Amino acid sequence: MSDWVDVCDLDEVEPEDVIRFDHGDRTFAVYRAEDGTPFATDGLCTHEQVHLADGLVLDGEIECPKHNGRFDFRTGAALRSPACDALATYPARIRDGRIEIEI
Amino acid sequence: MTATADPHIRDYALDGAGADRARALGLANADWYRTEVPRKVLKELIQRRDGPALRDTALWFALLVATAAGGIALWGSWWALPFWLAYGVLYGSVCDSRWHECGHGTAFKTQWMNDVVYQIASFMVVRNPVTWRWSHARHHTDTIIVGRDPEIACKRPPDLLRLVANAAGLFDMVESMRALVLNATGRLSPAEKDFIPESQWAKAIAVARIHIAIYAATIVAAVGLQSWIPVLLIGGPRLYGCWHMLMTGLIQHCGLAEDVTDHRLNSRTVYMNPVSRWIYWNMNYHVEHHMFPMVPFHALPRLHEVLKPDLPPANSSILDAYREAIPALLRQSREPDYYVRKPLPATATPYKEEVAHV
Repeated sequence: MSDWVDVCDLDEVEPEDVIRFDHGDRTFAVYRAEDGTPFATDGLCTHEQVHLADGLVLDGEIECPKHNGRFDFRTGAALRSPACDALATYPARIRDGRIEIEI
Repeated sequence: MTATADPHIRDYALDGAGADRARALGLANADWYRTEVPRKVLKELIQRRDGPALRDTALWFALLVATAAGGIALWGSWWALPFWLAYGVLYGSVCDSRWHECGHGTAFKTQWMNDVVYQIASFMVVRNPVTWRWSHARHHTDTIIVGRDPEIACKRPPDLLRLVANAAGLFDMVESMRALVLNATGRLSPAEKDFIPESQWAKAIAVARIHIAIYAATIVAAVGLQSWIPVLLIGGPRLYGCWHMLMTGLIQHCGLAEDVTDHRLNSRTVYMNPVSRWIYWNMNYHVEHHMFPMVPFHALPRLHEVLKPDLPPANSSILDAYREAIPALLRQSREPDYYVRKPLPATATPYKEEVAHV
C-alpha cells in the first residue's frame, strides 16, 4: 500500500533542480521542472548506483554526475548511455506549499 | 614523494587476478573523494552551451579543409610539408579531445551535435564509438584501478620502448586497428565483453564494419590513383599527427598512484599554452575533469579556480609535467610500487588513501 510522504518546502527545490530525499532505507531524487512541477524518481542511477541528486537538470532530463547518462525524470526512460535501464518514478504533488511524493 | 609497499604482482587484464583483487578490496565501483562545492556554484559550472563548441568545431573543420587543400595544391614541393604536418595534428590529435568531450555529452548543449561530432571523431581516432563509450565509462568508475580500468596508459613496470614508439602511434594504432578488425569479423575481446553490455555488442560490430569499409575504400583509392594523398588524408594522420594527443594524454596519470579512490593522487592538472589547450579542449584540468565529469570543457578553468585550495599544485607546463613523470617512470621500471605523491596545500582536505597501501 502506498503513502504520500512529506519531502520539503516547495522553495527548497528551485525550478530546474533536484534534491536528495532519504526515507527509511530508500533514497529518492525529487525534482522540479522548469515550470515548477514536482517529480520524483529512485535516487540512484540504474547504471552504477551513483546518486542523481548531484546531477544536471535540463529540459525534463536528469544527467548522472558520474558518467553523464541521461533519464527523462518525468517518465523514468533512459535516454543516453551508459544509462540503459529506466528509473522508477513516483507521483509527486504540492500540498500547502510543500512537496509530497507517493511511495 | 614516497613509495608504496604493495607486494602484489600487477595483472591489468580485466578478467584476471587484478580484477579479483580490486573487487575483494572494494576498489571496484568505489566511493571516491570529491571536493565539497556548493550546489549553487556547481549548478552554474555545469550549465551547457552550444556556442564554444560550435565555434571550435567550425574552426577545426575549416582548418582541416584549408591545410588539406594546401598540402594537395603544393604536392611534390617541400612547401607542402608544413600543411601536412598541421593537417596531421588537426586530424590525429584534435580528434581525441573532441571524441572525449562529445562522448561525455558535455561539449554541446544540443545532444545530436555531441553525437555527430563523437561519431566523426571516433572514426578519426580509430576507436569503435560503442566500445570506447563503455570503456571510458569504466575509466571514470574505476580510474587507474588495476584490473578494472581498461584505459591505463602507463602500466607498471612501464614499457618505455612502447611509450616512446607511441609518440608515432605505432602500438596504439596497430592495437586499435586490430580491435576494429576483430569487431568487424563479428567478435569482441574478453575485455570488451567485460565492460560492454551484451545489448550493445551488435552495434559495436556494425559500426566497426563501417569504419573498416572506409579504410578499405581509402586504400583502394590510393592504389587506383597511384597516390599517397588518400592515405595522408584518411587514417594516416592517426600515425603522423597523433604526437600531440600522446604528449598531452600520457601526463594525465603517468607516474601517479594506482588503486586509490582520490583523483588528486592519480591524476595530474597541468597548465598549458593556449594552442595546446585548444587542441586538448582544456583536458589539462584533469583532476577537475575526473572529480566533476559534468563540467564542460569551457568551464574547467573556472572549476579549477574553485577547487584550487583543495588540490595539489598544478604542474606549470607540459615540460614541467614530463620532468616529474619521466623520472617516476624510470624509477618504476626498478621499483614498480613507486609513485609521485604531491603535497597538498594547508587548505586542503587530506588525501583519501586508505586503500593505497594494502
